[in-house]
Order: sequence, then structure tokens, then C-alpha cells
Amino acid sequence: METGRSKALWIVASLLILVWTAFPILWIVMLSFKTPSEIGNVQGFFPQDWTWQNYETVFKTDLFTSALINSIGISLIATFVGVVFATLVAYAIARLEFPGKRLILSFALAIAMFPVVSLVGPLFDLWRNIGLYDTWPGLIIPYISFALPLAIWTLSAFFREIPWEMEQAAQVDGATSWQAFRKVIVPLAAPGVFTAAILTFFFCWNDFVFGISLTSTDRARPVPAALAFFTGESYFEQPTTAICAAAVVVTVPVVIVVLAFQRRIVAGLTSGAVKG
Amino acid sequence: MAAITMKNIVKKYGDGFPAVNDVSLDVRDGEFMILVGPSGCGKSTLLRMIVGLEDITSGDMLIGEKVVNKVAPRERNLSMVFQNYALYPHLTVFENIAFPLRLAKKPGDEVRRRVTETAELLELTEHLERKPANLSGGQRQRVAMGRAIVRQADAFLFDEPLSNLDAKLRGQMRTEISRLQKRLGVTTVYVTHDQTEAMTLGDRVAVLRMGVLQQVGSPRELYEEPVNLFVAGFIGSPSMNFLPASVDGSFLETPLGRFEVHDERKVAAAGDRDVVLVGIRPEHFEDASLVSEEKRQRGSIVRARVDVTEWLGNEQYAYVPYEAPADLAAQLRALSRELDSDQLRTQAVVALDASSEIRPGREAELWLDTSRIHIFDPSSGENLTRDEERVERLGRIAEESRDAQREAQREAATGGATVAEP
Repeated sequence: METGRSKALWIVASLLILVWTAFPILWIVMLSFKTPSEIGNVQGFFPQDWTWQNYETVFKTDLFTSALINSIGISLIATFVGVVFATLVAYAIARLEFPGKRLILSFALAIAMFPVVSLVGPLFDLWRNIGLYDTWPGLIIPYISFALPLAIWTLSAFFREIPWEMEQAAQVDGATSWQAFRKVIVPLAAPGVFTAAILTFFFCWNDFVFGISLTSTDRARPVPAALAFFTGESYFEQPTTAICAAAVVVTVPVVIVVLAFQRRIVAGLTSGAVKG
Repeated sequence: MAAITMKNIVKKYGDGFPAVNDVSLDVRDGEFMILVGPSGCGKSTLLRMIVGLEDITSGDMLIGEKVVNKVAPRERNLSMVFQNYALYPHLTVFENIAFPLRLAKKPGDEVRRRVTETAELLELTEHLERKPANLSGGQRQRVAMGRAIVRQADAFLFDEPLSNLDAKLRGQMRTEISRLQKRLGVTTVYVTHDQTEAMTLGDRVAVLRMGVLQQVGSPRELYEEPVNLFVAGFIGSPSMNFLPASVDGSFLETPLGRFEVHDERKVAAAGDRDVVLVGIRPEHFEDASLVSEEKRQRGSIVRARVDVTEWLGNEQYAYVPYEAPADLAAQLRALSRELDSDQLRTQAVVALDASSEIRPGREAELWLDTSRIHIFDPSSGENLTRDEERVERLGRIAEESRDAQREAQREAATGGATVAEP
């Protein structure tokens, strides 16, 4: 009796949370399938006429396609560089004794807590002066610096869990420090590297503040910023449905990544904390 | 293959504490050397200095003829088995064993051939494609050994390799390691805190105490002719009994009673000291009623009250508590604590024949073999009755038996090979 009731309660609670979180996304999906004229005229959650029109519009717009390329390129490069840096830093922090180790860790933490908005103004000026404004590196650099702390903390927790003997065994077996790192430590830390990479990628992919402040044209503007400039197919209609379609397009990769690496992320987030 | 020579090796940590202090040790080519001692005695540190994972503060480490103080571990051509095996969990058993060969950039077919041979030797053939996580403790241990023997290393180093196995498996692996070492004839240094491993495996055993080398010798020499209290107490289980005694002519006055030592040399060794410590191994006692008249003459008889007896089937232990002067009791207590066995009371352990009918709580007549007792100086701990001639003879015996064993293993190995290729 008792277990049956608590089970039912759990199901109800889960459903509530599911609806709560899934509803906005579903709503956007539904909007993206409506015709632009339907908005404000026809009531109802589901579209009256299902249409791919918005998606066609979105992919026909240069603004969006170039933004998509920018987003993918910038996020991937920032993630790659960031994770490589973070791996090396975290390894040094976990393995080596050097002066200023705590300083680096607390600095990383301080950066993570820094309000992003307060940096945008100075960066805007600086970037314009040195010619980084509205370029890919202009976005990649701040992304890396803000993603690094989290990646460093995640990864150094991971490296600490790897028994030092592994590396010593490799060295005795004839490996250089670099070979031991590459052939033994990195593969063992793969779940951690994965977690760090995914978290970094999400951070870059979702960023809006830097994206809109440090770009002015579609040379470097990423999708979240580009959506704000979206005009749709005609100037006489609200571009709501097209924006929704674009939003769905940029959400899909994230959902796919999460679903594909769900186990790894969970394993990565917890295995740093608990032995095993 | 190579000899390993340590000359005045010192290891000091940051706080200036010497973990290893002035150790000089020669491991001969092909020899099985055991480093043994209670926890924290520096035996593992010494091993890690041989392999190069720990810096040497001062002194010289030679492998073969070459000083290797500043040589990186990978260039020393040694192989090591770690206490927790340190297998690479992301690689299969095959790749784990092949790892050193791959690093040495050996051609693929040679790698395959040598790994297969090693796997056969260690009976790992059917597990080659599995990951370490799916193996039992004993199998993991064998993989770690495989990784060590697959390449032609100059020496094998073992860091308490059997301490994670259960008792039965430990016994099996012990004989396996011994057989393997004798067959391959590779210089081996083996760290352990386990008595049995030290006594059964080693050609020679080095006993360390707080970073200082106490004695190096064949297991039998350590057992029968220890140089000091520490070695005498550390080697043997249950350990040697130390009784405070005052010397009175050829008689010793101990808490267990007064007895005569029928050995001039031993009495003379005590010199003019008022108080000495007498070391008697448990098995050198016997229930007096079971001792033949002729044997009785060779020893002495004491009367003591037995407190507790433990009957084990093949023998039985009797415990005889005694009072010792406070200062000596404290010293004995400190010694037992250092030997990792915090003995709460001063008591003598006596190993009796299983058929003995001595009962706890009663006074018993115990015969003791006075020819086997040792007399120690209580302040320095030095063994005053060590017989150098006997030590030399024991050394020769150990050498001969070692050669004989090695020969037998080689014959078995080559004999096996001829059967295998008809």
C-alpha cells in the first residue's frame, strides 16, 4: 500500500516537472510549425496547418546560415582549445607541487564568479582598438577564459582520482612523461575530458551577451545574437514563427549531444566526487 | 641481467627526516633479495630509489657497472610490480602486457609472439582479450607479473605484490614467483612485511629498521644468528621471547626461574654485565615430561605457571606471564610496538608438542634447549652470542641450495620444452 502510494506520488511529481520544463520547448516547436499569419489570429496550442515554411525561410536567410556557421565554428574551436588548456593545467595542478598552485585555483574560481556583463564594456573598447572586434578570435578568447575555470576544476578532480602508480608504472615500462600522460592518463580521464568538453561547448553555444556586444555583422555573429536581428520573410509580419524555427534548429544539436552522451555526463559529473 | 649495488644511500625528505639512512647493499646478479621490516622502515622507499621513482639524497646507486642516480626510470631497464598492480584499465590484458614492448617500438609480430609466450607461462592465454576490471585478484596479479617479465629487464622489483590477495592465493602465487624467478634467473628485489614471504622466497634477506640496514643474510642466518634484538624479534612467528636475566656464574636468573647454561662460550659472552636479555624461541621450549632423559641433559628445566594454552592441532602454544623490572619492561614494550605487535603484558610464548598435557592455570615443568638461546646486551640490543663460524657455514649452505634449486628449475624448463616440440 505504502509503496504503491509513494510510487504514484513520484509519478505525479515527475510528470509535473516534466510538463513544467518541456512545455516552453513544446510551445516553441508548435509555433515553429505555424504559418506566420496564424499568430495572433488563431487560438490554440497546435498549429492549424502544419507547415515547414518557417524552416525554409530560416535556411534561406543568409543572416541565419552564416550565424549557424559562426556558432558552430566558434564553439568548436573554443571548446577544443579550452579543453586542451584545461587538461594540461588540471594535470599540473593535480600532479605537481609548485608555488602558486592554490593561487591559480582560487583565481580560476574568482573568474568563474565574475559577472560577465561588467567585462563586456571594457572588452568592447579593447577589441575595437586592437582589431579583434567582430572577428571569430574576438569571441573565442573570452569564451575560453570564462569556460576554463569550470573545466579546470572538473578535470583536476578527475586527475586526482587516477592512482599515481599508473603513471609511475608507465614510466618504469619505458614511457616518457609525455607518453605516460597521453597513453595512460588521458584515456583514463576521458569521461572527465568529455564532461568538460560538453559543458564548455554548451557555455559557448548558449552565450548571448558577448555574442551581441562584440559583433556587428554576420562575420562573427553567433546564432543567439542573430536571432535578435531576425526580420523574417516579410517586413509586414512579425517574425515570431521563423525565430521559433531557428530556435528549434539551434536546440536540436544540444538535445542530441545530451541524449548521446547522457551516461557519460552523469558518470563524469559524479565520478569525480565519489570513488569507483 | 645485472647486479644492483647501493653505496651509502640516504633519502631525506623535506623536513630533514632520513627515511633511508646510509644503506649499503649488494644485490648479486641473479639473486633474489628481500627487503623486509615493519611499516615505515623505508623498504619501499629504497625500492623506489632503485627504480628511479624517488630521488636519492646522497650515495650511489649502481645497476651493473653504471651509476644511475640521475637516470630516468624508463632508461634504467628495470621492471616493477606494484602493490595495487597498476594495470591500465582501458587496455586489454594483451595490450597491458604488450605495453612496454609497444613503447620500445618492437615490430608487431614480435610483440604478439612474446606476449603469447608470457601469457602461456602465466596461464593467461584465455584472458588476453579481457579488461583488467573483469579479472579476479589473482589474475590481475599475474597480468602485472606478465607486464614485468615480457621484456628482457635487467632486474625485477616487487613492491608487496601479494598483500592484496587472500591467504590461499598468496601461498600459490608465492611458489609461482619463486619458480619463475629461479627459471628466468633475473636479479630480483622484493619488498614485503610478510615473514613467510621473506623466509621462503629470498636467497638473502635484508632487514631494515627506521631507514637503517640491520642485517643481510640468508633466511636461516637471520633466524638462527640474528645480530641484534630487533632482527631476533622481527624474524619468526610467534616472535622470540626476551627474558631479563642476571648472570650468576654459569647460571641465569630469569623471571621463569634459575637455569644453568651448559655452554662456556655463551656464559663468557655475557661478560661482566649485571643484567642481560635472554632470547629464547618458543619452539626451543618443550614439555619436560615429553623430553627423553638424554635430551634433558643438553638443556635445563624451569618451573612456571601457564596462563593460557592454544591448541592448534600440529602444536600448541602456552603463555607464561612474568614480572619484569620496570625499565626493562618498558624497553621490551617499545620493541614490541616497533615490531608492529603491541604486546600488552610481559609474557613468554612457549610452543609445545600437541600431545603435551600441560593445562592452563597450573605450574608446569618446561624443558629449554640452552644450546639455542641468545644473550643480548640490554642497552645496545647487540647479540653477544652470535657465532661467526656458524654464520659462515650457513651462508655456504644457502649458496649451495640456491644453486641446486636454480639448476632444478632450469632442467624442468628445458625438459618441458623438449616434450612440447616432438
